[in-house]
Amino acid sequence: MKQEIIIAGFGGQGVLMMGKILAYSGLMDDKEVTWMPSYGPEQRGGTANVTVILSDDRISSPVLDAYDVVVALNQQSIDKFSGRVKPGGILIYDSNGIHNPPVRSDITILPIDAMEATFRIGHPKAYNMVVLGALLEAMPYKLPMENVAKGLMKSLPERHHNLIPLNREAIEIGRKLLSK
Amino acid sequence: MELKDIIKEENKVYSKPELLDDVHMHYCPGCSHGVVHKLIAEVVAEMGLTEKTVGISPVGCAVFAYNYIDVDWVEAAHGRAPAVATAISRLWPEDVVFTYQGDGDMAAIGTAETIHAANRGENIVMIFINNAIYGMTGGQMAPTTLIGQKTATTPYGRRVDLNGHPLEITDILATLPGTCYVTRQAVHTPAGARKTKAAIKKAFENALTKKGTSVVEVVSTCNSGWKLSPVKANEWMEENMFKHYPLGDLKVD
Amino acid sequence: MKGNEAVAHAAIRYGCDGYFGYPITPQSEVLETLEALMPWETTGMVVLQAESEVAAINMVYGGAASGKAVMTSSSSPGISLKQEGISYMAGAFLPALILNVMRGGPGLGTIQPSQADYFQATKGGGHGDYHLIVLAPSSVQEMVDFVGLGFDLAFKYRVPSMILADGIVGQMMEKVVLPPFRPRRTDEEIRKQCPWATNGRTGKRKRNVVTSLELESSRMEEVNHRLQECYREIEKAETRCEEIDTDDADYLIVAFGSIARICAKAMELAREKGIKVGILRPITLWPFPKEAVRKAADGKKGILCVELNAGQMIEDVRLAIHDCIPVEHYGRLGGIIPSPTEIVEALENKIIEK
Repeated sequence: MKQEIIIAGFGGQGVLMMGKILAYSGLMDDKEVTWMPSYGPEQRGGTANVTVILSDDRISSPVLDAYDVVVALNQQSIDKFSGRVKPGGILIYDSNGIHNPPVRSDITILPIDAMEATFRIGHPKAYNMVVLGALLEAMPYKLPMENVAKGLMKSLPERHHNLIPLNREAIEIGRKLLSK
Repeated sequence: MELKDIIKEENKVYSKPELLDDVHMHYCPGCSHGVVHKLIAEVVAEMGLTEKTVGISPVGCAVFAYNYIDVDWVEAAHGRAPAVATAISRLWPEDVVFTYQGDGDMAAIGTAETIHAANRGENIVMIFINNAIYGMTGGQMAPTTLIGQKTATTPYGRRVDLNGHPLEITDILATLPGTCYVTRQAVHTPAGARKTKAAIKKAFENALTKKGTSVVEVVSTCNSGWKLSPVKANEWMEENMFKHYPLGDLKVD
Repeated sequence: MKGNEAVAHAAIRYGCDGYFGYPITPQSEVLETLEALMPWETTGMVVLQAESEVAAINMVYGGAASGKAVMTSSSSPGISLKQEGISYMAGAFLPALILNVMRGGPGLGTIQPSQADYFQATKGGGHGDYHLIVLAPSSVQEMVDFVGLGFDLAFKYRVPSMILADGIVGQMMEKVVLPPFRPRRTDEEIRKQCPWATNGRTGKRKRNVVTSLELESSRMEEVNHRLQECYREIEKAETRCEEIDTDDADYLIVAFGSIARICAKAMELAREKGIKVGILRPITLWPFPKEAVRKAADGKKGILCVELNAGQMIEDVRLAIHDCIPVEHYGRLGGIIPSPTEIVEALENKIIEK
């Protein structure tokens, strides 16, 4: 098993944190993991993306040309990464504000309205957890949810552990976006 | 009377401090460094700190201080003595660490290290020899060179418009909350040497009791750099240096 | 755990006595993690944010002079500032550990990854004839392991050692196994292990002086010869590298650090195409694994050096094999990381089709 994933969007959307929880969940699932960020110098509003690799075997390159799953959270990320989904792979994107949706016939394209779902929970900061839920649902390798829960515990600082129920709820809502 | 009859314990009026090595110093005749070295050697021995003292020597005339005072020494890069002292003092909290620095080391190239070590209140002693000139490199302008003073790089005298003002680093250090004792002394007279020794002793006591940073400035002569005889240099110091760098305690906590 | 954070944990666990640093991207997590872990409460390790890189390295100089196991970390522009202290430590035969998480330059450059400090690290870096032991980690696990190895080698030979990492290993998160706690040496043990150290004349022993100054030329030459002898010994005993599938290969890629892992992926892609490629990854950049490169190059049709710079390690590769087969360089600059496909293409264009 090997899953090569990239999550891309604006800084401040929680892209790196989402990748971190995914990586820790993989770690709890006894996988080899690599989490490799790429971002601009600013703390908010720049572009941010993170490559997460989960594998049964030793991972070679943390830098990849093509991915099994791409999660794109803005137009720039769609433009940059839609061509880099492996044939047969998956592209998840947030349709909110997208004027130029991706077109490819050899991959599965899954638009989600994560923004709208986040508003329903009433907690805008849970946006990345909604997206993570959708990713976990769509990913070919099914990460057991108990390991995702452990990953959440590991990657969140203790002072934020009171937010774990909310995060788990957001992940569930995200999963439902694609589970119909 | 023969020599062996004279050399007797009861006739002894003076002896070389045990920690001052029996070697020829490279300092010029008339230089203040030798006196200050002797005072440090006396204080360390009298306080029983021989096994606990580490000195940090600078770049400048006192670079070879480690050849004269019989304690452990680290020779630091130019200006970095307070940083070197910081680490040893923190890593060996039982030790007493002192730096021995000239005006270039303390107030030009090492200004940042000096101010920040003092501002952190490191439990160290800084001994600062201020002779208003770069002695070792041949008498160039120092940050503490007086206005109008002639040096190799201010051959017509230091000018404010060209070279700025003499930097009163000791006064600056006295304003920092990390310093516990800041004083300015001179060793041109026996009384001055006695006062300087008392100041060094107090500074070492502060380091032992972890009171913070102590600074002992010694306004000094450089008769070679000033191109004066030792006696004339002392007179010039009293007339000119003391006006700008008045002796006395600047801060006693 | 991120590579930078892992270094902080490793330092505490390997019994480091002191860390002195100054923040600079992309390695500030080392100091941040240490401050958060508060090791002074547990192992007694000293952690201090200095006023500058210059001050930090001179604190390391002082700590090393007193026999303690001390370290600093920085990134390229900060490492340039530290060269004064590094040269002094080399000249005074002091052991210490320096981590450089390289970013692109010259000047303030970029905060993105780079390997452009290869020359600076392996050829000395500051003034004078000296070398550091230079270790190049390619994974977060090696960031951890090399803290221990770096200290061990530094104390064994009384030379400063450097971990030359790039922003990728510094910022990347991977699974790591942390070493068991190794207690810090007691003062007694330090005095025994480092009889030259300046920590007070305990027992009224002869005084110790740590200095790199010697104005008498013949004595200065002796000091230099002693240093060089030490380097020859290190070259003999401490050269390290990793080889992947070099035996059956027609072509060789030489790459260090995280880039070697991108090359491993490129190797897979190339082998799928029927191009037999092997990889040699120098682990010690100084001493450079000349002998291993020479042996691995034997019978190959060409070598591609892949580096995040304009061609630095390639000089050592060419010297090692005396240019007996074609050696070409492929590199990206300014913080851009080459993809595995790009590397395969470079191999095809620069070596195979030539």
